[in-house]
Amino acid sequence: MSESTAPIQSASKSAAAIDRAKAAGRKALIAYLPAGYPDKQTSIDAAIAVARNGADIIEIGIPYSDPVMDGSVIQAATTEALANGFRVADVFDIVAAVTAETDAAVLVMTYWNPVDRMGVDEFSRRLAEAGGAGLITPDLIPDEAAEWFAASDKYGLDRVFLVAPSSTPERVAMTVEATRGFVYAVSIMGVTGARTSVSSAAEAVVAAAHNAGAERACVGLGVSRPEHVREIAAYADGVIVGTALVAALRDGGVAAVGALAKELSTGFDVPSTSNTEALTQ
Amino acid sequence: MVDPATAFLQGGAAAPEFSPEHSLRHAPGPYFGSYGGRWMPESLIAALDELEDTFEKARVDPEFLAEIAELNKNYSGRPSLLTEAKNFSKHAGGARVFLKREDLNHTGSHKINNVLGQALLAKRMGKTRIIAETGAGQHGVASATAAALLGLECVVYMGAEDCRRQALNVARMQLLGATVVPVTNGSQTLKDAINDALRDWVANVESTHYVLGTVSGSHPFPAMVRFFHEVIGEEARGQILEQIGRLPDALCACIGGGSNAIGLFHAFLDDPSVKIFGFEAGGDGVETGRHAAAITLGRTGVLHGARSYLMQDDDGQTVESHSISAGLDYPSVGPEHSYLADIGRVGYEPITDSEAMEAFRLLSQTEGIIPAIESSHALAGAIKVGQRLTADAAKAEDVVIIVNLSGRGDKDVETAAAWFGMLDDDGHVKGTTLSTRTAKGAAPAADENTEDATHE
Repeated sequence: MSESTAPIQSASKSAAAIDRAKAAGRKALIAYLPAGYPDKQTSIDAAIAVARNGADIIEIGIPYSDPVMDGSVIQAATTEALANGFRVADVFDIVAAVTAETDAAVLVMTYWNPVDRMGVDEFSRRLAEAGGAGLITPDLIPDEAAEWFAASDKYGLDRVFLVAPSSTPERVAMTVEATRGFVYAVSIMGVTGARTSVSSAAEAVVAAAHNAGAERACVGLGVSRPEHVREIAAYADGVIVGTALVAALRDGGVAAVGALAKELSTGFDVPSTSNTEALTQ
Repeated sequence: MVDPATAFLQGGAAAPEFSPEHSLRHAPGPYFGSYGGRWMPESLIAALDELEDTFEKARVDPEFLAEIAELNKNYSGRPSLLTEAKNFSKHAGGARVFLKREDLNHTGSHKINNVLGQALLAKRMGKTRIIAETGAGQHGVASATAAALLGLECVVYMGAEDCRRQALNVARMQLLGATVVPVTNGSQTLKDAINDALRDWVANVESTHYVLGTVSGSHPFPAMVRFFHEVIGEEARGQILEQIGRLPDALCACIGGGSNAIGLFHAFLDDPSVKIFGFEAGGDGVETGRHAAAITLGRTGVLHGARSYLMQDDDGQTVESHSISAGLDYPSVGPEHSYLADIGRVGYEPITDSEAMEAFRLLSQTEGIIPAIESSHALAGAIKVGQRLTADAAKAEDVVIIVNLSGRGDKDVETAAAWFGMLDDDGHVKGTTLSTRTAKGAAPAADENTEDATHE
């Protein structure tokens, strides 16, 4: 395997996806779906459907036994995926399949221990080989990420860290500096889950990230409706949707999750008088 | 600076006066060797920083230390006794066995030491609500107790399976004014209770302090919880010097997360003549896979905010632990223990359910002390250690062992009764259902079934 000597910054697949959306006059739609839910092939089909219906970046979540940042919908889905025999190595097949079939950048979202167990370098090498863009790490802060810095540099992978409403300016600056791809702005102090409105804290978190020099900051947690997408698009570079899509997949299968992605992406359209209230999930 | 572990192993720590960098004591965190750290969501880092800052100020604040000392003395009942178990001794090869009686503390275990300290810190931070996880219910009961005393709202997360096994402790917490939330995620035991407590903390961190019950989790928890338990070892050290005029040859304690153990060990870490042993829950036997012996199993990983030894499968998924003792039924261990294991300062060994229950029976019947099943693992370990050490000693009684009797066994009576075959098929203690009297206070309804009378 040859190691890239190109400047890492320009190699960011997720940054490129966000920039493509921007060039098209909108913001990026980022869609989370769990690997192996309800089974491996369906999770591939669902991710492809979402990418073909407006998602610029796909986050493939690795089901984990102790998902402390997840609410009940995603917990139930990932628990089911594990019960159905999901293995961590399956995620590379899923990433490769989605990358081959779509133009979306594909990130893996994972709690840290599965990566640690496989070995950070080994995991990174296989992710890069599969065409993955990088990792989103909800329980890995830059302070503990020395191994991940080395591996992500070696394999040209994005490292998406989170900033929260509780992050101090010093921590926001440190996290922005450590990040490659985009900064994940947590909209609310809480776990994943659809909420009726998006916290007003989100705008401040994005502003803090931008002020600290982040070129791209995307908002996640609690986003479930086209009007949320519209609201966030006014100040952020991308909008992250998870729970609502997982619920759609649960209730209506691949067709439903594709349809919801399409509805959500209408949030980027010029505000109109059309009623989007009914499109909730 | 010489690494303290290296210094210790080279004998550098053997001198009576230690320079701080040669000491294994007062390790400040966040790292213990390669263990510990903060493997936590960014959302909680500000709260951990606030806690660390508050704790670092409090630990050197005479007013705070006086508050703790006053509560320890006049509320918990410290110092706890150091009792020589003269009859039990013969089962440990004739070694002299001294019990550090944490079972005599208010609420019946060592857990109160940590909870009072953290509840006082919560008040210093202006928090009005504490949350806690609990397995057997001892830490939950202690948290509910401290909350009642100090006027804090208290919510305890407890696995639904543990609620079923420890229904009486659920009632105790409720009687103390706490809310108990049964956790139905995952394996419905301690680790899942911690997950839900963390989810609560993320959402309510402005008002809420998470009173973690052991020396695991993110910095500053391992060093902070140890600090509040160091009193165990400090007392024991003074008491044994007073009673026999010298240090013990060995210490024995049980290890779940490891808080009672580190509390005892800490005062003796720099005394090379004192051998130190931690006993993990071996369940049905480590070879069966049904156990909670994380260090013995020997794989490291990150869980609940710390790098440490961790029971996990090849994918890094946490493996469910098994132990007859709910308090030891945790798949990881505090990071400082992992470090002490790696440098060889403390020896960690598994004790099976059967060995623990035999020790439980022995102490009950030779000393009149019913130990917690957790502490029975330490007693079973002391039997082994005593037999080993006396084999090499000129006189068996020259060997002195201190066992941390971390809790009393009242909560375990039902489990023990079942283990020893004292229950009938309906789960009643044999011979207790023979009374033909009508329950006292029953209504004199002539044609009602008297069994329902007590429900009125």
